[in-house]
Amino acid sequence: MTDILIVGVGGQGTLLASRVLGNLAINLGYDVKLSEVHGMAQRGGSVVTHVRFGDKVYAPVIDEGGADIILAFEKLEALRWCGRLNKNGRMFINTQEILPMPVITGAQQYPADIEARISAMVPDAVFIDALPLAKEAGNMKALNIVLIGVLAKYMDIDKQAFLDAIKQTVPPKTLEVNMKAFELGYNA
Amino acid sequence: MKKMMLGNAAFARGAYEAGVTVAAAYPGTPSTEITENIAKYDEIYAEWAPNEKVALEVAIGASFAGARAVCCMKHVGVNVAADPLFTVSYTGVNGGLVIIVADDPGMHSSQNEQDSRFYARSAHVPMLEPADSNEAKEFVKVAFELSEKYDTPVMVRSNTRLSHSQGLVELGGRTGEMLKPYQKDIAKYVMMPGMARKRHVVVEQRMNSLKADANELAVNVTEYRDKSIGIVTNGVAYDYVREALPEASTLKLGLVHPIPEKLIRDFAAQVETLYVVEELEPFFEDQIKAMGIKVIGKDIFSVQGEYSVNLIADKIGGTKKDICNPGELPQRPPVMCPGCPHRAVFYALKKLGITATGDIGCYTLGALPPLQGIDACVCMGASIGMAMGMEKARGKDFARKLVAVIGDSTFFHSGITGLVDMVYNGATSTVIILDNSTTGMTGHQDHPSTGKTVKGDIAYAVDIPALVKSVGVNHVRIVDPFNLKELEQILKEETSREELSVIITKRPCVLLDKKYIQPPYTITDKCKDCGACLKLGCPAIKKTDKGMEIDVSVCTGCGLCPSVCAFGAIETAGV
Repeated sequence: MTDILIVGVGGQGTLLASRVLGNLAINLGYDVKLSEVHGMAQRGGSVVTHVRFGDKVYAPVIDEGGADIILAFEKLEALRWCGRLNKNGRMFINTQEILPMPVITGAQQYPADIEARISAMVPDAVFIDALPLAKEAGNMKALNIVLIGVLAKYMDIDKQAFLDAIKQTVPPKTLEVNMKAFELGYNA
Repeated sequence: MKKMMLGNAAFARGAYEAGVTVAAAYPGTPSTEITENIAKYDEIYAEWAPNEKVALEVAIGASFAGARAVCCMKHVGVNVAADPLFTVSYTGVNGGLVIIVADDPGMHSSQNEQDSRFYARSAHVPMLEPADSNEAKEFVKVAFELSEKYDTPVMVRSNTRLSHSQGLVELGGRTGEMLKPYQKDIAKYVMMPGMARKRHVVVEQRMNSLKADANELAVNVTEYRDKSIGIVTNGVAYDYVREALPEASTLKLGLVHPIPEKLIRDFAAQVETLYVVEELEPFFEDQIKAMGIKVIGKDIFSVQGEYSVNLIADKIGGTKKDICNPGELPQRPPVMCPGCPHRAVFYALKKLGITATGDIGCYTLGALPPLQGIDACVCMGASIGMAMGMEKARGKDFARKLVAVIGDSTFFHSGITGLVDMVYNGATSTVIILDNSTTGMTGHQDHPSTGKTVKGDIAYAVDIPALVKSVGVNHVRIVDPFNLKELEQILKEETSREELSVIITKRPCVLLDKKYIQPPYTITDKCKDCGACLKLGCPAIKKTDKGMEIDVSVCTGCGLCPSVCAFGAIETAGV
């Protein structure tokens, strides 16, 4: 069983990333469940998508201490959800900061020491500034595929399988940008 | 062929395969995508009705006329549809009639966490509950078979996790559309006391035979493993149980009402300790206890929120996981989008110190800091009735600073009757209809004044100002909310007027079309760091060490912040 949690902020493209991983797992012949957030939570709120695959998947969601991998699109969200990681789990974190409303209004502070706090709990956490890579690929929205590229390098799954899953999932006219985004993430 | 499908898409597929030809619904998270997916099948007529009551009535008519019909809603939608529901239980059906209802334990997108199983029980209607996407599709087909076999509407219950999870679904073909003959049958379809008394007898007979047959239904599954622990469970909770306690024996109730008593007795007799694991209310538990069977349920589990694998492993298995704790962090509540036309209205209401009864939609977010422009929110359409009640309780002076705030889709859903009450019973306060040309929060569904149907066909667009005037509102003002000065002026005029008025703030949702996005703004060195722009609660504006800053990548150029800046420090960015 492989459990991957994708966390970020509503509007960052986490859903598409989870669908790429879903297609990847189906192509590899696994049973798969993906769990998404719709409605109120999409309006700039904290969002989380669960990707689970293996011989037989029951629960649609990954519980605390259950994730093998957390792919975080935003730094504060990485810290918020790190309790879902299991003891041997890996974290891949986009270092982008998106200020939540209580911080914008001055009611709360955006923590300055997120990377240190995560590293203290997850020593081999990988931090990457992925937004410039998405821009380099040609579109900031390709951030999700850059991060899939980062993840692909560390997973014990053939690179071509990722490429096939991306081809299956993204709109055809964005394929070129997304392929470039994947390579930039993979080689980062 | 197997296909990855969202639970809601699988429900839609089930309706397709079952030969449904008529579908009606009102959007509501987490049920919305069922109808959106049904609308993609050319063979099925689908509609967004103004509300769940009308939707169910459309489905009832279709069933009486001989078609297989489906109606979908979220849990609180059943409250709206409850009137026809309780009586269609008496009439029974002609073509199969299935009502799919999606509960929301944990309230991801709802105002309460009511358990819709009680509706099935009190309306004397059978209810099925699948546990994954494949079952979602299959159970809809089972529901239609039961509906026609037992001459009853059948409810199928979902929840957020099922509706919004994707899983593999084995696709099947569409069974023939069987439009049954229509026959006038007053004794069956006209529910007045004399006929209804006779039908109530039929209802009880039907439920009794279903209760007996439930013990044989394939949707109820007993799985014996280690017999020291036996768990009666349903839906997604079954999935959690299987993962938390893989060795435990389970009785999974696919038919959640009526419960199969013999099956439960047999199971209870075989296991050492019997548990019930059901999210929300002790629905099975109370009934099992009433059967005289010892069972553990809500003594260890909560009636609140969602369950999880860890929770069950802890409460029954006694195993706790060591979890790393990130500590206290700033929350990230959902917010109105940059460029949202609602923002200006709540900014103005707060500035003018107006009491506002609110309603259900994106604009409910206007209650959160920094806007805090809403005083109350209860249910769809309630803003108008509540404003009426506030005025009658506190008098006309209070009404000079009182408005009801309601969205366009919500106004059609259940605001119109409230407005008629205000006209009829002499209200003097003000109703603001936030017309953003869509049903926003559920993800942009059309409604009676958008000019389009769920199928994408052109439709007559109901004229909101004409409608409001026609019921007797003499003062109707229309304003672009981004024209803040005019909006504030109109708000002052209409609230102070000792007569009922309606203000329609008209500006499409910024996410509806790219054409609504203008070049972004930026903050110049004229900025005095006063923080006035931060009071808008726009996610594009933030305070940094270097002063105010607008994130040009998310700014939609709505122009609201320049109109609140006293120093002219916000200008169009040169990008």
